[in-house]
Amino acid sequence: MSQELVQAITEMREEDALKITNQMLEAGTDPLEVLEACRNAMEIIGKQFETGDCFIPELILAGEMLKQISEIIKPRLKKEAVQKKFGKVVIGTVEGDIHDIAKNIVAFMLDINGFEVTDLGVDVPPMKFVEATRQTGAKVVALSGFLTLAYDPMKATVEALKAAGLKDVKVMIGGGQIDEQIRQFTGADGWGRDAVAAVKMANQWYGVN
Amino acid sequence: MNAQTHIKYENKFNEWISPQGMTFASAEAEKAYKTRTQMIKDVVELKKPVRIPICPNIGFYPFNYAGVTPQEAMYDYDKLGYALKKFHADFQPDSLASSPIYGPAPIFELLDYKLYRWPGHGVPPTTPYQCIEGEYMRGDEYDLFIQDPSNFFMRFYLPRILGALEPWQMLSPFTDILELPFIGGFLVPLGIPPVQESFQKLIKAGQMAMDWIQKCLAIDGETTSNLGIPGLIGGFSKAPFDILGDTLRGTRGIMLDMYRQPKKLLAALERLVPIAIDLGVRSTAANHHPIVFIPLHKGADGFMSNQDFKTFYWPTLKALVIGLIDEGCVPYLFVEGGYNQRLDIIADADIPKGKTIWIFDQTDMKEVKKRFGGWSCFGGNVPASLLKAGTPSEVERYVKWLIDEVGKDGGYILSTGAVTDDAQAENLHAMIETGKKYGKY
Repeated sequence: MSQELVQAITEMREEDALKITNQMLEAGTDPLEVLEACRNAMEIIGKQFETGDCFIPELILAGEMLKQISEIIKPRLKKEAVQKKFGKVVIGTVEGDIHDIAKNIVAFMLDINGFEVTDLGVDVPPMKFVEATRQTGAKVVALSGFLTLAYDPMKATVEALKAAGLKDVKVMIGGGQIDEQIRQFTGADGWGRDAVAAVKMANQWYGVN
Repeated sequence: MNAQTHIKYENKFNEWISPQGMTFASAEAEKAYKTRTQMIKDVVELKKPVRIPICPNIGFYPFNYAGVTPQEAMYDYDKLGYALKKFHADFQPDSLASSPIYGPAPIFELLDYKLYRWPGHGVPPTTPYQCIEGEYMRGDEYDLFIQDPSNFFMRFYLPRILGALEPWQMLSPFTDILELPFIGGFLVPLGIPPVQESFQKLIKAGQMAMDWIQKCLAIDGETTSNLGIPGLIGGFSKAPFDILGDTLRGTRGIMLDMYRQPKKLLAALERLVPIAIDLGVRSTAANHHPIVFIPLHKGADGFMSNQDFKTFYWPTLKALVIGLIDEGCVPYLFVEGGYNQRLDIIADADIPKGKTIWIFDQTDMKEVKKRFGGWSCFGGNVPASLLKAGTPSEVERYVKWLIDEVGKDGGYILSTGAVTDDAQAENLHAMIETGKKYGKY
């Protein structure tokens, strides 16, 4: 059954995925096994995204399926399933920019790939990134921005983190108009155009294989 | 292409190249205007013009350049005019940054516009306006929309995005007015005080819009008259998938619909085709100008598979493009993001040759040239990052590379890949000056 669930999720069969989840639980399957199947499915989807075999609609639908399955199994879990977390990531869209679709997808992908994500939302001033990084002790900060006018606030945020003495914190930037030239301009440690690139950088910086 | 379509096309271009009632400040300006509009006509027709036209896509850049905030530009039309006139005089591109695109913010405030935040109203005074995505049309409202889009807009969509029109939920559809006994009943909701108030606000908004458009026409008219710079955009339309995805269903909504209710989504997209064609044709007719600007948003690489692009995005966009061409218009597709995976799909032989403009952002221009050369005018690709963080000599090198690699045979426009909000002045100068010096045929 577990394998059927993985298949239903990766093949984007939403109704089947929910039906199989209910059947598994009725048959007395440990809810943790259902969660494990979801994680396996998401790993496959993440790889497909990386190879260009699945895209944003599939990530969004997979996220929806995951949310619904978690709601079904929540009442049956004796205690919160504690997934081992690799590290903490602070994420937000920089000051002056209120675009959040891509940022939300990156946060979701980091979360299901084992990172503890603190999402500061949109239009986040540099000092708010500094405070959250201090409070959480995160070693990775992810800055999102869609506007070309996000270049300067990204630079200001990188500078604020350095000025606050958070020098061993790694910063990644991402967005539709971000490239290597802007990485250099902002002083960030890495850049990417999609969620997979963000997960890769976080894995690398936290030493996750 | 039939003869009638060709006549419509030539008439539209003639109206633009020889504008009625336009007085130029000098013979020199008039000559510059004719040369520039003819350059555009030549590149659309895949010819070599006297020089490569340089048409950077300009957003909020002129305001920072002139020391005016985006907030001031959207509220104070004198400042809007000051900044735009200064920008055009100093840079002298071949096409205008048109004043109406910045919008009349006092009207947005009066009508309590919720779809966007604009400088000083939800975003800082120094940033451009930005859209708030949401499900302004719910997933279970497709049938309502497909049945009568105008009714859906009037009684469901507009009351959700404009606070002042919220009472329009109480209106009856205009199609109720069939015969004498129907009229009284139809009018009753219009007597309800909140509905009356909404119409009063609209009357005021209409007066404000008249004042605004007159100021805009004066601003752009002065630049055209003095410098001979034409507007490149005569009208506006959008891909049906983007109409539905950007402001009705939102990205999340429309992408779930691709799986959950594909048939309804496709039916709604089909329903939007004649509406999108009509929008483009009417706006070009009003402006006596053939070119219809169509920014492409949610079809870029990574947004969906090629298979889904061919199913959901392309067929109705293609129908829009062909529908506009049939009416003598020239669709100008602003291809945001990357389209490297889609080039074989969009270079579609069903679209007539020499009738479209495609401006690309992060697409490999050599690949574009392979498919578009001899079929459609194309250009773009000067990166926003380079204009912001590069040096003038890097910009010069990039522009020369573009011209050498893809611009030598005509049918080519030098343009930015993205809408320019932020750049270094010397870099933008370098782009324009290199194009002028190096782009002569």
